[in-house]
Amino acid sequence: MDNIQFFIYLAIMALSTYLIRAIPFALSRRKIENTFVKSFLCYIPYAVLAAMTVPAVFFSTKNPISAIVGVIVAVILALFKRGLLTVAVAACAGVFATEIVLSYL
Amino acid sequence: MNKKPFIAGIKAGLPIGLGYLSVSFTFGIMAISAGLYWWQALLISMLNLTSAGQLAGINIMIHPMQYIEMLIAQLTINIRYSFMSVSLSQKTDTSFKMIDRWILGAFVTDEIFGVAVTQEKVNKYFFAGLTVLPYIGWALGTLLGAVLGNVLPDIIMNALNIALYAMFIAIVIPEAKKSLAISIVSLIAIGLSCMFYFVPMLSSISSGLTICISAIVATCIGAILFPVKKLPEEEQEESPERSINNG
Repeated sequence: MDNIQFFIYLAIMALSTYLIRAIPFALSRRKIENTFVKSFLCYIPYAVLAAMTVPAVFFSTKNPISAIVGVIVAVILALFKRGLLTVAVAACAGVFATEIVLSYL
Repeated sequence: MNKKPFIAGIKAGLPIGLGYLSVSFTFGIMAISAGLYWWQALLISMLNLTSAGQLAGINIMIHPMQYIEMLIAQLTINIRYSFMSVSLSQKTDTSFKMIDRWILGAFVTDEIFGVAVTQEKVNKYFFAGLTVLPYIGWALGTLLGAVLGNVLPDIIMNALNIALYAMFIAIVIPEAKKSLAISIVSLIAIGLSCMFYFVPMLSSISSGLTICISAIVATCIGAILFPVKKLPEEEQEESPERSINNG
């Protein structure tokens, strides 16, 4: 791939990604009155995050078993409302420990 | 400049930044193996700030002249950001001027949105602070991945891979615990996304698109079954005692 093609590709990617974010953010300022739209906006973030996490999280590590341990650690800490960083680090530690144990089995 | 919310934002962005560092490290390695130079990988990350879109992007780039396909892929994978931006724009406070929206709109990612949306009202300094570490983490991780490649031991990289997902869990679970509607919507979204993943004919659809479809269908079902009269931040203003239960 030559540089000219790279920059055309880059421009298409960057512009479309920017505009798809910025236009709705900048221009949808009117207060929303419609109940369905309100409900939609209220639920969409959690639906997106849930769909992104499951099932992908179980294939994010080398072994689904370590991923399951990581998820269990994360869910328990999240139920007790620990901060995002605490949950993330603990889940990583859970995966790390499980992978070490598995490597000796 | 208002320092306090800015610093609060930077702190809230730390876990996202750390997560991005590991994810973009992987992206850097993949970009190099797809035949890109380190500076090309870095430029892509600095100008796009999106994992799924960039991954699809480098896979299209290796073929010559696929400009239309590139555009369609980016729009499909990234359309979810439009919903997030609309949702977020409802929560911004008066500190946001038009120019701030055009600038900060570039930084609406899944994770930044996920953290910002849990705020009652989003202040522009908080939001600006929130974007700092994720942006640095994303760019730096890409650079390190592209230049250093496989220096980190496998077992560490492997453990870091779960960081972002753990963060999503930490965002969704407390809200699901508070609200039956959010629990049900999340479970429907999970069910649909599993269906797309495991049903043979459906699994060829790109992950950006399946996430989009799963989330929209689940949210529509939720909006029909459990209509909310007021957005959480409006309840906050009008009835403080109820807001304790509803977020």
